[in-house]
Amino acid sequence: MTNLKKLSIIVFSGDFDKLTAAFTLATGAAAVGYEVNLFFTFWGLDAIKQKQGRAFIGKDWLTKLFGFMMGGTRVAPVSRLNFFGASGNIFRSLMKKNNVATLEELIDAAKVLGINMYACEMAMHILGLEKKDFIQEVKDVLGVATFLELSEGGRTLFI
Amino acid sequence: MANHTLDITNEHCPMTFVKTKIKLAQIAKGDTLEVLLKEGEPLNNVPKSTSEQGFEVLRTEQVEGTTWKVIIKK
Repeated sequence: MTNLKKLSIIVFSGDFDKLTAAFTLATGAAAVGYEVNLFFTFWGLDAIKQKQGRAFIGKDWLTKLFGFMMGGTRVAPVSRLNFFGASGNIFRSLMKKNNVATLEELIDAAKVLGINMYACEMAMHILGLEKKDFIQEVKDVLGVATFLELSEGGRTLFI
Repeated sequence: MANHTLDITNEHCPMTFVKTKIKLAQIAKGDTLEVLLKEGEPLNNVPKSTSEQGFEVLRTEQVEGTTWKVIIKK
């Protein structure tokens, strides 16, 4: 009998620090032999957009405005002590200085490690996003039922 | 003498594991990899997790101070 280790993370937050935590756990788990599933929903979808940085991605003026305001990982806010957006860059420089992987390096590692990435169909619908708006590593667009099937038998986290 | 070397003494979690895993994926089956790493989390877990994934840990030895080397065969 195979003893498959599996970690599934629901990536809800688009905050810089929470995304860093999600990708740290995901890449670390994949590197020690876990099968890893990342299910991106709501603000988390911002991390897997193909066009990083501020871009008017969406279906109508309201979703386009949301897309622009969210603006991708480079401008992702920190969940505490954000200092009007300055904290992300402060953290980035601290991470570089202390030789800790930055969020972008972790996302690149996740791609290389072949971590399974999925996007939430419902949140995409609300935010006016399509599969083509995401990086090509996003395998599929899913709902709750398929996520539960994929995560069954492993550990699940919500970040 | 190992076929490949990897220095992760300046890396932190999770990049210690990530870089080892990626390097092991790149080398040929039968080749050996010498990993330089620090005591603590990397030394405790890199040999353990690689052997759990079916690689053979041939040797673990102290280089100097807190630096160790682990020889892994793919």
